[in-house]
Parts: sequence; C-alpha cells; structure tokens
Amino acid sequence: MYKILKAEELAANIYRMVVEAPRVAKRCLPGQFIIAKLDEEGERIPLTICDYDSEKGTITIVFQPIGESTLKMAKLQAGDAFEDFVGPLGCPSELCSTPIEELKKKKIVFVGGGVGTAPVYPQLKWLYEHGITADCIIGARTKDLIILEKEMSAVSNLYLTTDDGSYIRKGMGTDVLRDLVQNQGRHYDLCVAIGPMIMMKFVCILTKELGIPTIVSMNPIMVDGTGMCGACRLMVGGEVKFACVDGPEFDGHKVDFDLAMKRQQMYKTDEGRAKLRFLEGDTHHGGCGNCGGDK
Amino acid sequence: MVQTDVLKKVPVREQDPKVRATNFDEVCLGYNQEEAVAEAGRCLNCKNAKCVTGCPVSINIPAFIHEVKEGNFEQAYQIISESSALPAVCGRVCPQETQCEGKCIRGIKGEAVSIGKLERFVADRAREEGIKPKPAAEKNGHKIAVIGSGPAGLTCAGDLARMGYDVTIFEALHKAGGVLVYGIPEFRLPKDKVVAAEVENVKSLGVKIETNVIIGKSVTIDELLQEEGFEAVFIGSGAGLPMFMGIPGEQANGVFSANEYLTRNNLMKAFRDDYDTPIVRGRKVVVVGGGNVAMDAARTALRLGAEVHIVYRRSEAELPARVEEVHHAKEEGVIFNLLTNPVEIYSDENSWVTGIRCIRMELGEPDASGRRRPVEIPGSEFDIECDTVIMSLGTSPNPLISSTTYGLDVNRRKCIIADEEFGKTSKEGVYAGGDAVTGAATVILAMGAGKAGARGIDNYIRSKK
Repeated sequence: MYKILKAEELAANIYRMVVEAPRVAKRCLPGQFIIAKLDEEGERIPLTICDYDSEKGTITIVFQPIGESTLKMAKLQAGDAFEDFVGPLGCPSELCSTPIEELKKKKIVFVGGGVGTAPVYPQLKWLYEHGITADCIIGARTKDLIILEKEMSAVSNLYLTTDDGSYIRKGMGTDVLRDLVQNQGRHYDLCVAIGPMIMMKFVCILTKELGIPTIVSMNPIMVDGTGMCGACRLMVGGEVKFACVDGPEFDGHKVDFDLAMKRQQMYKTDEGRAKLRFLEGDTHHGGCGNCGGDK
Repeated sequence: MVQTDVLKKVPVREQDPKVRATNFDEVCLGYNQEEAVAEAGRCLNCKNAKCVTGCPVSINIPAFIHEVKEGNFEQAYQIISESSALPAVCGRVCPQETQCEGKCIRGIKGEAVSIGKLERFVADRAREEGIKPKPAAEKNGHKIAVIGSGPAGLTCAGDLARMGYDVTIFEALHKAGGVLVYGIPEFRLPKDKVVAAEVENVKSLGVKIETNVIIGKSVTIDELLQEEGFEAVFIGSGAGLPMFMGIPGEQANGVFSANEYLTRNNLMKAFRDDYDTPIVRGRKVVVVGGGNVAMDAARTALRLGAEVHIVYRRSEAELPARVEEVHHAKEEGVIFNLLTNPVEIYSDENSWVTGIRCIRMELGEPDASGRRRPVEIPGSEFDIECDTVIMSLGTSPNPLISSTTYGLDVNRRKCIIADEEFGKTSKEGVYAGGDAVTGAATVILAMGAGKAGARGIDNYIRSKK
C-alpha cells in the first residue's frame, strides 16, 4: 500500500496528493509519470508527477477526475492509501541529460495549460536548481482554474493568462508567446508545451511559424505503462511510437496531433462517449467521464 | 463406470460448447478420482521412460502416475513438486501432445496416456486438501533477485528457495503471475483458483514478491547488485512488446493489440461487473493471427458477445496454435478465414473501424521455417465488415531491462543472449531465461529455462565461496 500523506483540492476539480513511494521518488526525474490504482477493482490510471522528494520518499501528483476511477481517487484523504503506485514511467525530459553549460546558453520557454501546468513545475524547478530561470506561460480557462501560481513564480518568469480575461490578461497561451516573440523581442531556442492536446497542437503550429524547436508531452490512454499493450501508440514523424516507453515527450513538430486527438475523441465528445457506451456494453463504467458509471 | 478401452484415453469432461461460449468458466472440467485412477492404470511404467525426456522440466512421470494408480495422491504431488512449481498451470496449458504425451509408448498403437490431465488432477487435489510443497530444510543466507513473476521467474525462484536461497521476485504489474494472469484467459486457466494458489505455493517456500517494481525504471539491475545486496539476478521478464502489421488504418479506434485486449479482460477483469475496467465488446471482431494468443483473444471476444473471425495467412495445417485450442475455438463458433491476409483497415470520419480489406493467399515454396510461404493471389481482395480488429502477430522482448543494464548483450531481435544449460548471460552474476531470451514461446519452455537459471545461479554462488 502507498500511503497518502497530504490531499487537497487545488482548484475547482483539480486535486493534489503527496504519496509515499520511496522507490519511485528515488529515481524520479522531470518528464516522467506514474500509474496509480486505487483498489483491486480500480483501473490503472497514468498520472502526472508534479513534484518529488527523494529523501522523504514522496511523490506529489496532480489530477483532474474524468472517469469513475479518478472520481473515486478524488475522495481520498490523508491517511488513505493507493493499493498500487508504480513508476517512474517514461523517459525523463531531455533537459536532464543535456550538459548544464549547454542549457545555460539556451533561452527556454514553457507553455502549460490547465492541469498540464503540474508537470511543467518539476522541469522549471529542476532548471532553477541548476541555475537556470526559464520563461513560463500558463493559460487557464478562468481564474479559478489557475493552479500552483506561487510555486511556479518562485522558479520561473511566470506569465499568466485566462481565456475569459478574469485574471491578469485575456487570451490563450499562444497569444502570449506570439506577443513575447513578435512584440517584445524575445528569442527562444526551445519551447516545452504541456497541456491538452488541442493546446499543444496550436502551440506547435505557432512555434513552427516562429522557428522554435518544440517538445510536447503526450498523455494518451494507457493500460500497463511498460510498452506491453500498445494502447498509447502515436504517429511521430511517420513512425509508430508508444507514449509510455518512447515518450511521453516527443518532438512536437513531428507528432500527428489530429490522429492522436481522434484516438482521444472517444472520451471527449458526446458522440464518442455514446459510441463507447454502446460498444463497451455492460463493461461501461463511466470511463467516458460523463455518465459517472451506471453499474 | 469409467471406460476401459486401454488404447484410448479416459475422456475428460468439458463444458458444453454452446454454454461455455457465453461464460468465462473453465472449459475443461478435469478428471475426478475414479477417472484419474483408471487413466493412470493405462501407464506402462516404462523403465526407460521416454515421456520424461519430452518434459522440459523432467518430471518423474511414471513415478507420479504410479502413485495415482495406487491412490497415493499426496505422494504423487510431492514427486511432481520436486520438478515443477506450477503443476496445476502446466496440466492445463502445456502442449503435452508434442512433449511428454508425444513420446508416450502407449501412443504408438493407440492414444498416449493423458499425462497432462493426470498432472492437473494431482495438483488440483493437493490444493483442495491444502497440501503444500516442502520448503528447504535450512536457509543459506544468499540473496537472489528474480525479475518477473511469470512461469520462468516463479520456477527459478521456487527452485532456488528449495535450495535454501533468500529469493525476492520483482514484478512490474500489480499482480504476480506474468502471462499467466494478463495473457491466458480465465476459461483456460482460472486466476484465483489456480494461478494465485500456485503463486502462494511458491511464496510458501519462502519467496518474497515485490509488485509494482519495473526493473530499468524503478531500480536497475546494477543497483540491485551493488546497493541492495543481491548476489545474483535471474531475468525472466518475458516478451511483452506487441507487434503491429504496419498496414494503413492500423491506428484507428477499435484496433487493439491482443496484449491490450487480453490484459483488459484477464488482468483487469473487464468481463466482471465489479471491476471498473471498460472493454470494447464489438459486434463483429476480426482477430489477425493463428497462434494460441489469437485463439485466446478470439474466444474472449466471443464470450463478450461478438461474431468473431480469425484471419490467418496460411492454411489450417500451419496454424501455430495447439490443436486443442483450435478445436475448442471452432466448437464455440469462431469463424476461420484461412489463407487470408489483411491489407488495410477502414474507418469512419471519427476514426472508428468499419471494416478490413483482405487478400486471399496460396501456399508457395517452403521458407526458412520449413513452412510453405504464403503468396498473395493478385486481384483477390475482399472486405470484411467489422467494428473491432485485434492484432495477434506475436510479441518481442521489452528493451527496458537490456537497455539499462551495463554489459548485458542482446541479439538483433533484442532477445537477451544466454546459454541454454545454465541461463548464463554476458554479465557476471546475471542469468536469464524464458521469452526474454527465446522470444515468445510456451509456459513450459520458460519453466525449463527457469530451472536452468536456478542451477546456473547455484553453481555461480558455490564457485564464489
């Protein structure tokens, strides 16, 4: 069992938990993720690592409930435990294997959106601890959905924006990036974009135009997270890649986002959910994130 | 009264095909005591027993069958346990027809003795009566790590524990058993009743199992050896990477690897109402491939309510699956489209599968494997309408371990290079066996390799003293 030491609702329907998992914490690096399973009957859910402490042996996860298993997880309190918690999975960010001197010469900008803000944090923190302060643009739909503002601004030059203009400024993350580059004379050697696929797709379209190499972190459906099932397969530069072992980070200019989004549509659109409900029959337990399960 | 034609096997009871095609209960019901004793009576108790040479773990077959005949079932169990840690599993999934039973002298004139069904009877009986294998008399204090809790790992760990070693198994998934829990379906190999019980037996020998540890990610082999005090490591991590065909449309929604489909159903128990796991049931399912895994996927889809087609590019004679599995699949209503190969998968505007285009094949000259090579018949393309496609084309070893272990050599198929006799690899103190070395093969061959690895590790530790 993997004990939950701290549990809180960070923003409306976004949860943060600190979990005791010494083996994961010991080897964890920015860019990686974990898979958690609540109990015997639960699903294996891939989750973002928001922070880690190898000395205390803890991992901090941030998630937004979308299906029945994550809804159950959201109800957990400090003192409860996950039955299973495995990782660190996926490859660490390329930043971690780049010589620090080389990194110091680069201007890096991060673009995070929604709950995708959480996995940006360990990368910024890691860079900051190595003497590099990167720029970071975080976009949220509205003020209440902005998370980790204090933590992020402590380790980066933070630019916040909201779609509805309820906080700081109105607009998307891409608007801020365009503004920084085209109006404020910023130059970037690398962009790291993490968030909803549609956001990453539009960041990539922009950075291609601006000529900025871009890394994205993909978060498709997974089962085992070790390369065994192929559920998370993507097309990257015309080749099949498994997000769980080849990624989750890829060259954003090579990822086939339209295909990846179609593979996620089943969970994201009413039509997809209806289709899922139909095809899954009585095994459909709310994985669509809509019906809350109808057992 | 049990049938007594000495040339024929005592028939084994099975669930009716029509009934079992709608449930996940075990197909084969096994022998009862009377049937087992009668079948044991057919054994000639050969002095120079050929059957033993056909068994990858060299079970003393005539000796255990003799005990069955005499009604000494516990004794029979202890004889099997000396050689096999998983008799209830092997009695169910071994290809006996090409191994022990393939060599049986009875088989020359009539039917071979039903060794597999007898092994199963003995193991099931022991479990029902709570009989456990005998643990080591004393511990020797040497710590050994075993990677993977599938057939190779469990066998290696069990053998080492009986020799007195302090063994820890590391398992990547949340449940021990490897392919026995994620791959082979419930209706062939019951998970709680059989697999969990045999895993418990291995634990009763003193073996510790740590789940949720991915070697290469959570910890490396070098760290196990240098920091965690293990003196040797056995790698039995299997062949987990699924292959795809590389045909257009393969990324559509509704195309699964057999691994994903079976894992969702077997390990994650999608077929049970009390589990959260969803699975696409499909109304019309095409399974591509002709091996045991393809049969398992097809029969699973059938039980989930679909019309199921197997598409295989060669003819029935070349099907790599066991004859019994093909026979069961047919009885249950799986449709075989043989000498047929997919060329493209069609999908609708939302990228959901709507059909698969296939081409008819004919057999040409034998290829390197000795089987006649299938050749496309030009212009013979035709479409099968379907909403789900399951790719069952084989698997290859996962490079997670080999790529993170310094000095461990692999071949070009990413299989770990290890010798057959002792499982010795290119790295000192590291042994390997099973699908991680051979590529996808059978449970019993992996068990044989696990035994070899245990012998290799024992020799290595002794030579260090």
